Amino acid sequence: MGFSKEQFLARLQELQIEFSQYEHPVVMTVEDQAKYVGNSEGGLSKNLFLKDKKNRFYIVSALADTKVDLKVLSQRLGLGKGGLRMAPEEALGEVLQVPLGSVTPFALVNDSARNVSLLLDQGFKGQEHCLFHPLSNDMTISLNVCELDKFLRSIGRDSSYVDLEANPPVGKDNPPDLAALVPSDSIVLPDLPEKAASLQAPPKAHVVSDNKSTDTTAKATEPSRKVKNVKDKPVNSVQPSSSFKDVGQFVEEILDKTSALLLSEITEESIKQHGQQLGVVVSNCIRERLASELKTDTTLYMQTAYTEGFHVARKMFQSTDTHHQFRCL
Amino acid sequence: MDSKVVERGALENEKETPQEQEQEQVVNPWEVAAKDGGKIDYDKLIEKFGCQRLDPSLIDRVERLTSRRAHVFLRRGVFFAHRDFNEILNAYERGEKFYLYTGRGPSSEALHLGHLIPFMFTQYLQEAFKVPLVIQLTDDEKFLWKNLTVEESRRLARENAKDIIACGFDIRRTFIFSDFDYVGGAFYRNMVEISKRVTCNQVVGIFGFIGEDHIGKYSFPPVQAAPSFPSSFPHLFSGKDNLRCLIPCAIDQDPYFRMTRDVAPRIGYHKPALIESLFFPALQGETGKMSASDPNSAIYVTDSEKVIKNKINKYAFSGGQDSIEKHRQLGANLEVDIPIKYLSFFLEDDAELEHTKKEYGSGRMLTGEVKQRLIEVLTKLVERHRRARAAVTDEMVDAFMAVRPLPNMFN
Repeated sequence: MGFSKEQFLARLQELQIEFSQYEHPVVMTVEDQAKYVGNSEGGLSKNLFLKDKKNRFYIVSALADTKVDLKVLSQRLGLGKGGLRMAPEEALGEVLQVPLGSVTPFALVNDSARNVSLLLDQGFKGQEHCLFHPLSNDMTISLNVCELDKFLRSIGRDSSYVDLEANPPVGKDNPPDLAALVPSDSIVLPDLPEKAASLQAPPKAHVVSDNKSTDTTAKATEPSRKVKNVKDKPVNSVQPSSSFKDVGQFVEEILDKTSALLLSEITEESIKQHGQQLGVVVSNCIRERLASELKTDTTLYMQTAYTEGFHVARKMFQSTDTHHQFRCL
Repeated sequence: MDSKVVERGALENEKETPQEQEQEQVVNPWEVAAKDGGKIDYDKLIEKFGCQRLDPSLIDRVERLTSRRAHVFLRRGVFFAHRDFNEILNAYERGEKFYLYTGRGPSSEALHLGHLIPFMFTQYLQEAFKVPLVIQLTDDEKFLWKNLTVEESRRLARENAKDIIACGFDIRRTFIFSDFDYVGGAFYRNMVEISKRVTCNQVVGIFGFIGEDHIGKYSFPPVQAAPSFPSSFPHLFSGKDNLRCLIPCAIDQDPYFRMTRDVAPRIGYHKPALIESLFFPALQGETGKMSASDPNSAIYVTDSEKVIKNKINKYAFSGGQDSIEKHRQLGANLEVDIPIKYLSFFLEDDAELEHTKKEYGSGRMLTGEVKQRLIEVLTKLVERHRRARAAVTDEMVDAFMAVRPLPNMFN
């Protein structure tokens, strides 16, 4: 069971952490929060709960004014260009165990969040106080960044301060500078469909129009919105060489491509057109369109594996000097 | 006419003096020029060279033997001529395998679509027939003919190898080698056997060498001939002197192999079989030349989507009419239209191509639409190639080029 706000505040007091607290009505956005606590001396924070393609989760906590570019962050973490996206709503409850609109670094107090990586805006260090939710968005606490560090240490965490606005080049000679912050373990959620990501509530930084996404109209539009997302998906730019060594990543990519195609083929129109036959139609379409691409990918996978084996064998023979038996005679 | 008689005749023709050849079109490994700046006459070429047209019955046979649809290049007549391909198929039917031999002269880092064609086709042949393949990188040839250092030509060979590997060859049955690294041993012994059976007059007739040419040029042809014989690769085909060889190549390479086929029986080997392709037209039209110095004459494998779009829209020679009214009335001239030609190389769907030709030829479809479709097709092709190329490491090149056994190469 996750910590309640009261339990958490009690814990802060036990640790003798200095903080001030402000109660206010539930707020879903930073703007709304600012109305109640904006005049206190402190940097308001915006908190993003993110996930990557391998089910690893991240909290990015930044000053409200800091520009956070998910594409840049994704590259800096070594996840490729489109590797990071907002985590689905279900994950909020399962992993962070906080309600919607309450993402906060303090959620790491919960054991369920032990594999979530935390990225803190280095801008926090320049502030007297910073403002966060204490696991619930009907209150805000204000504390100095050192106190935040103290708390994180108490739960066995390092504080990783990052210049979130930086955009260093990432390439062959420039390894991703934040790669160390990628969690070593993924978190597999029970029964969680990938695609719910497109529907979950936007982060606090934006005005939320429909935050209770459980009503049926929202769900009904899900397919077309998913389709739109899938079609607008940028050209796959995952570094090829790593996926041809990693079985999991390789399979994940195949499934990504297949499901993207599947989803794009199942539309209201195509359902009307083919009815019961839609399964057969889509299946043939997938086969036709993906066969050659998957063959290419699998060939590359095989070539990579063979190459590795070859080099191992060569090393073995080099040491015993019997390699000359293979030379052209 | 019996094919052997025709072939003998072609070798005799080569004794023509250079002056007599000037009126005709010129096709040899170093020069391709049509008569009077017109189009290449392939019928005349087949006649002159003495090779055979690939007829539809052979294509049907290939489909039956391989249990799969023939490659688009076969269906569209891109690979249109051959020597003894029917013999290869006969032997294959009897359970006798063969090996494939193709190559590249690594003269530049920039590969264009025309360069990829023989490799794309060879990859299909390897997969369809499940046979081994040797790929020769003639870095020595480029050093001899071009203004390159030995180091540069060797480096280019390795770089080109990466693009070749990106075409998807099966590493378990493919051996890539560069002449500078591999020539020696049994390969060299075959080279010398070949050289002893070809006279100076013959190479002058076949290749047009002159007295002022350095002897490197004169001694090169046996290097390109040697891979046609299985004993040149003792680490692969030891004990299999009877193994046949099939060479997919562009038709301008025919002279090398006419010479090789003439020598083969005299040294106790099967004549290598050939399957030959048309020339890939330049963007500005059949009469133009694809040249490395004019980047707008071809689509390169490194071109981005934007560049491809621009090149096709701006430089692809159109057979459409000057005005929309005239076009709707007369339709497009499909004979000279480059986008249609390119589509016939690369658009897999036969029905769509037919439809496009019909609509465009009648004037119902406009040039812009045809070009748009071509841009899509080419972008996809180039993207796939780039992705595959990015995955090729130096270690992988080392593995492909290692002198190593290829167990199960026929399975």
